[in-house]
Order: sequence, then structure tokens, then C-alpha cells
Amino acid sequence: MEASPSPSPSSMMTVTERDQWMVEREVGRIYLLFAELPPAAQSFSLEIQRDSHIEYLTNGLRRLPPSFVSLDASRPWLCYWIIHSLALLGEPLDAELEDNVIDFLSRCQDPSGGYGGGPGQLPHLATTYAVVNSLITLGGSRSLSSINRDKVYNFLRQMKQPSGGFRMHDGGEIDVRACYTAISVASNLNILDDELAENVGDFILSCQTYEGGIAGEPGSEAHGGYTFCGLATMILINEADRLDLSRLIDWVVFRQGVECGFQGRANKLVDGCYSFWQGGTCALLQKLLPFGVSEGQGEGDESTDSIDSSLSAASNLSEQENDLKSASPQVDETCQFKHGGPQSASCSVNLGNANDNFLERRSVVGSLFNDLTLQQYILLCSQLPEGGFRDKPGKSRDFYHTCYCLSGLAVCQYSRSKHANSPPLPWAVVGPYFNLLEPIHPLHNVELSKYQEANEFFAR
Amino acid sequence: MASSGEDRRAWVPLGSLPEFADVTPLPQDDGPSPVVAIAYRDEFRETMDYFRSLYSSRELSPRSLLITTLAISFNPANYTVWQFRRQVLEALDADLTDELDFTERVAKGNAKNYQLWHHRRWVAEKLGSDAAYRELEFTRKIFYLDAKNYHAWSHRQWVLQALGGWENELDYCVQLLEEDVLNNSAWNQRYFVVTKSPLLGGLKAVRDSEVDYAIEAINMNPQNESPWRYLRGLYNDENDAWLNDSRVPSACLRVLKAKRNFKFALSTLLDLLCLGFKPNQEIRDAITSLRTPDSGEVGSDSDLAKSICSILGHEDPMRANYWTWRSSKLPQAAEV
Ligand SMILES: [Zn+2]
Repeated sequence: MEASPSPSPSSMMTVTERDQWMVEREVGRIYLLFAELPPAAQSFSLEIQRDSHIEYLTNGLRRLPPSFVSLDASRPWLCYWIIHSLALLGEPLDAELEDNVIDFLSRCQDPSGGYGGGPGQLPHLATTYAVVNSLITLGGSRSLSSINRDKVYNFLRQMKQPSGGFRMHDGGEIDVRACYTAISVASNLNILDDELAENVGDFILSCQTYEGGIAGEPGSEAHGGYTFCGLATMILINEADRLDLSRLIDWVVFRQGVECGFQGRANKLVDGCYSFWQGGTCALLQKLLPFGVSEGQGEGDESTDSIDSSLSAASNLSEQENDLKSASPQVDETCQFKHGGPQSASCSVNLGNANDNFLERRSVVGSLFNDLTLQQYILLCSQLPEGGFRDKPGKSRDFYHTCYCLSGLAVCQYSRSKHANSPPLPWAVVGPYFNLLEPIHPLHNVELSKYQEANEFFAR
Repeated sequence: MASSGEDRRAWVPLGSLPEFADVTPLPQDDGPSPVVAIAYRDEFRETMDYFRSLYSSRELSPRSLLITTLAISFNPANYTVWQFRRQVLEALDADLTDELDFTERVAKGNAKNYQLWHHRRWVAEKLGSDAAYRELEFTRKIFYLDAKNYHAWSHRQWVLQALGGWENELDYCVQLLEEDVLNNSAWNQRYFVVTKSPLLGGLKAVRDSEVDYAIEAINMNPQNESPWRYLRGLYNDENDAWLNDSRVPSACLRVLKAKRNFKFALSTLLDLLCLGFKPNQEIRDAITSLRTPDSGEVGSDSDLAKSICSILGHEDPMRANYWTWRSSKLPQAAEV
């Protein structure tokens, strides 16, 4: 499926081929239109339409139409998707709205601990994660102190299974998402201990498949969302080296396709949300891998020209790919192990420090995925000028895809930065430099400075 | 009264029904200025108010079952409603085959919903091995519409392991792959069957014929990633056996000689070389013939591995950085 699409679908095509053909045609059309634009218009279409996104997000944070009843058990998720997106855009909430969010989320807190999908609903690990990430993103003591950490801890312990996994809720399903949300929450709130972490690694390990990626349950198919969750969990409990990382990376880099975006599984369609799940997995792996390639130490010696030309030459998909080669980083083996190499698998695991140690690690390998073309897919194919992002052309926008397209964009922009919060070089940001988003903590997907504030708050 | 989303007659207010006359509806505690406030329709709000009332008093009764049916028809993702429904079903000792019909109706509206599948698993587990056939048929129907439905595959694997029904599973995988050889979920299921089925004797017993099966699919379409990964998976933790199966480099060679769609063939040879594989002259020549002017001389096996990375970096520019990185970390073994 690397070749450019044939002119028409054939009756010999399988369902996979036909669906893929239609997506390639749509995406190809967008890139072709882009290539034919004059430079000023090209530059404009690569801009993040900040004002439209902010309006779409802020309106949604206030009120939603009746069709949203299907998300009535996911209202903390709606809060997180919106608040995190606004934080990435550097847009603060007004004080009253912020108070209303804190008040609403505290109504989702169960008297016995943890948060549900709305007031009065059973506490659930995923919505607990969404609430904790939302409140961390708001920051400030009123927000952070609204979380009853002792009770959250009790809830996490109740969900813990003898197998090492977690249940999503009382009587709920056991899977890799549950492990990630539980461990991420515990780590963020500084309540992660050996009891919670016990055997989690065994469970995640049993979900790494023959393909190299991670599945939701043992035996299932390798999947981008679960791969991010599984890898992040393993890093948080200091057991990432138990995974077969070579096979994992070989699987994940092959998920980026000819459309320039990521698919979630082999031979499935591209989808903007995997910009974060798969791109984020790559970003985590870049910090774990012991040695490799980095962009030249040269101060921006890779001119923006190579990127501009690669984008403007986008007359068809395969030509596009060839041109982008010129923008790939040079080999530089001089920086091996210079700074924060891989941690030895020490037995005296200090779980509380896993986050910080990880953040301080240099990303010594540059970008293992194609961070520039991925930005192009997000900006040209997922972004809607009227605000919001979508899965792919032909789909409509939603808050979930807006959150994970923006998160993926942030991952790309900082992918080659030596340190988590050092500003990227201009050529690492596709489009005008004011497209630059705030950096995230790649394990929790919360804005970095807010993560740091919460980390200090909960260390007390 | 409305019974489900697909058959919505005029709404009869619950308050007007005698069976709910003594229930005091319990409104949602949304606070004075809620955020992400959904503009609920009256039917939804009223149903949930009655649900909250019966749920808060943990009333395990037929009318509670009815209210969960209604609430699920409006929002099948409400896990609290499903969990309460299970408690009610247990307390009433209800006939769970009705529950199978109910979940099948819900699946018609949205077959990608965690709660639905989790509930179905709970029901099937209670019904035991007698339910195996119906569960396999149910997922087969789902796959007819979407052969890659992740939840349905998880369910099917659970059914096979918990309730049995392995007899025709390999044939089913064959059928799905004949319909669409790019269906990676079907390849994954095939791997599940050959490694887990109690009828096949384990991976080693079937490996030989599975290698042939994968290579046949590769020959038909070398661009299809699924059989390549499947082939590697057949030798998951047995590198010696992987290195010693001469069918693998032969398959790669056939693809290289065609000089197109050779990305996975080269990648597989690179994997073999990194593990100490000694290529014959024919393979070396085939790789050499794909070289680009900048890919350097091919002398040692180490050069050959480097050369593969260079060719891939050129032919697979989306992953140029990855191939550069692979080139930089070639193991000592290949640098003889
Ligand atoms: Zn998506």
C-alpha cells in the first residue's frame, strides 16, 4: 500500500484495500491542493487556528447539545480533553469557569474514594485519571487540595487484582488501560507503593504480542492505545526493560503510513488520535533507548528550506515521502551516553522518582518516527479551520480527537529537544513558529509546568 | 412506553405509570453552575432521575430491571447502570438467555462499547459451556459487519478459553483470511489458535505448516505486513530455529529478485543478520543489486547489514530515521 493509489477501486480489492484506497485518495487530494497553493496560502493552511479552537473548546466546556448523552458517563473525560487542549494552546480559563470545573469534578468524587463519570456514578479508574489530570492542569491549591488522596488510594487498592492487573470499576473489566490509569494517578498523587505496583509488570508483559506492540488483554491484537498505556505503565514502575523494546519500536514505527499519520493497528486506517498514542510511544522509547542517532549539534544548520520544500513538493504521496528524506537528522554518534543514559535495573526501586528520572533523561536518539510529516497530517488533514480536530478527512470533529491531535502535535514539536522543556529549533515546528504548543509530560499527558507544580504540591 | 432506541414511540412519563407511583425521582446533583452540561431531553432526565432513586436505595426489583433497560437504551456506555443491572439480575435469579437477546439488540446500535461486551462476558460465564456456540455465532455476525471489531475479538478469545468451541476456529481464520488477507485481526486470531488451541498440540506441532501458510501469503502480496509479522512470531523466542529455517531467506530472496515491494523482505533479512545469519552469495548479490550509489561497498556481513539499512532509508523514507538508528546499533555479531 506504499504506492500511490490506483485511479479507481477494483472489484478484486478486499475490504481493507478498498477502505485504504478511499482514505489515500482523500488525503492525496488534500496534499495536492496544498502543493498547488501559493506560499502565503500554504503557510496559512499550516497555521494552528488558535482562536477557532479556543472558541470550540470553551463553548463545549460550558454546555453541550443533547447528542452528548452518549458521553454522560464520561463527563470528566470531556473536562480533561477540553482543559488539556486549552492548556496546550496556552489559553488560561477564566477564574469563574475554573471554579465551576473544580466544583463539578468534586461532585463526581465518590464518598468512598475515586471519581465517577458524573455525580452519583460509581467510581471508575479512567474517569479518576481524567479528573486528576484535569485538576493538575488547572493547578493551584484549591484545585489540587480538592482531591482526597487517601480515599483515592483506597479505591485503587480495591480495584487491584491478585493477577497484578486492575479492574476499571467494581465488577468492571480488567485490562491495560486500567493498569495505566491506576498507576498514572498513583504516581501523580505520590501514593504509588509496592502493593499497587505488585505484579503489574507481569500483566503488561503478558499483553505484549508476537507483533511487538501491546494488546488490551493477553491474546488480543497489538494496538496503539494499549501500547502507550502499557509502555508508560512499565516506565512508571521502573520495569520497561522487561519488555522486548526492539520489537516494540519496530512495530510502532511501521504504524506511520503513507498518509503521514499513524494507524492504531497493522493494516488499519490512519487516525489523528494515534498521533499521540503512537507518537507518544515513540517519544517514550526515544528516552529509553541506550544509544543511537541525534540531530547534529549544529545550531539550526538544517535550514527551514528543506522542510518547506518537502511540504510544498507534496504533489503526490510517494513523491512527498521521498522529499521528506532530506529533512531527516544526520547521524551523530558522539553523544552516546553523554547524559542520563539508561538506568541500570536496580533492585532498590524508588517508585516516587521514576517520573523525574525519566523526564531528566535526554532523548539521545532524535526522532525515531517522522515527526515532521506527522505534524503535516495533523494540521492539514485533521484540523478544521472552524475549530477542532478530527480522526481523518470525512469525519467530524470531537473533543477526544482535538485533545489527542494537539497532544500528538506537542509530542512532535518537542521530539528532538534535548530536554523536556527546552524550546525546539524553528525547523522542528511545522508551520509558523507561533504554532508552538506548551510541552507535556509524556507519561501522563499533562502540561509540563502544571505537572511540576502538582509534583511539588503532593511531595509535601 | 419506549423500549429501546430503535423503537421510540411517544414518551409516556414514568411518573404517570402505576408501577413507579411510589418512587420519588432523584435529580442529578450537578451543582449551581455545572460544566460540560449536557442539554438532556426530558425523557432522558426523567429516566435517570428514576434510575438514581432506585439505585440509591439498592432496590433489586423487576421495575429496577426495567429502568436499567430504559437507561441503557439512551446511553449504553453508563457502566453504573450496567453494574446495577447485574445486581438486579442476580437478585431476581433472572433467565439470562433473555439477557443475550438484550445485549444483541444493544449491539445493533453500537457494537464498540466496553460495557456491552463486559456484560455479555458476565452473562456467558454464568451460562457456562452451553453458551459457547451462541457466543461464537454472535461474534461471527459482528465480524460480518466489521471484521476487525476489537471488543468482539477479545470476547471470542475469552469464549474459546473459558467455554470451549475450538473445533472450527482454524477454519474460521482461513475463511476470514481468504476474504481479506490484509485483516490483521484474523492473523492475530490465527496466532492465538495455533498457540492456545488444545486440539492442535501447541505452536511447535503446527509451526512447519504455518510457516508455509505465511510464506504463501507473502508470495501473493509481499507488501502485506501481517504475514511477515506472523512468520516472525512463529519463532518468537527461538532465534536458533528462526535462523535455521531456510524457507525464510528463500522467501525473502524471491521478493528481492522481483525488485519491488521488498521493504519487509529486507527488514526480515536485517533481523536475521543481526542474529548471526550467514547469507549465501545469491542473497548478497540480490541485496547488492538494490543498492543506491551512496550505500557503500558490500564486503563483510556487517557491511551487508549496513547496506540494507541504507537501502531501506532510501526506499522507506517515512522511517529514514529509524533505519539510520538501526544502522548505528548493529550488534557486534554482524560486524565480523
Ligand atoms: Zn481516533
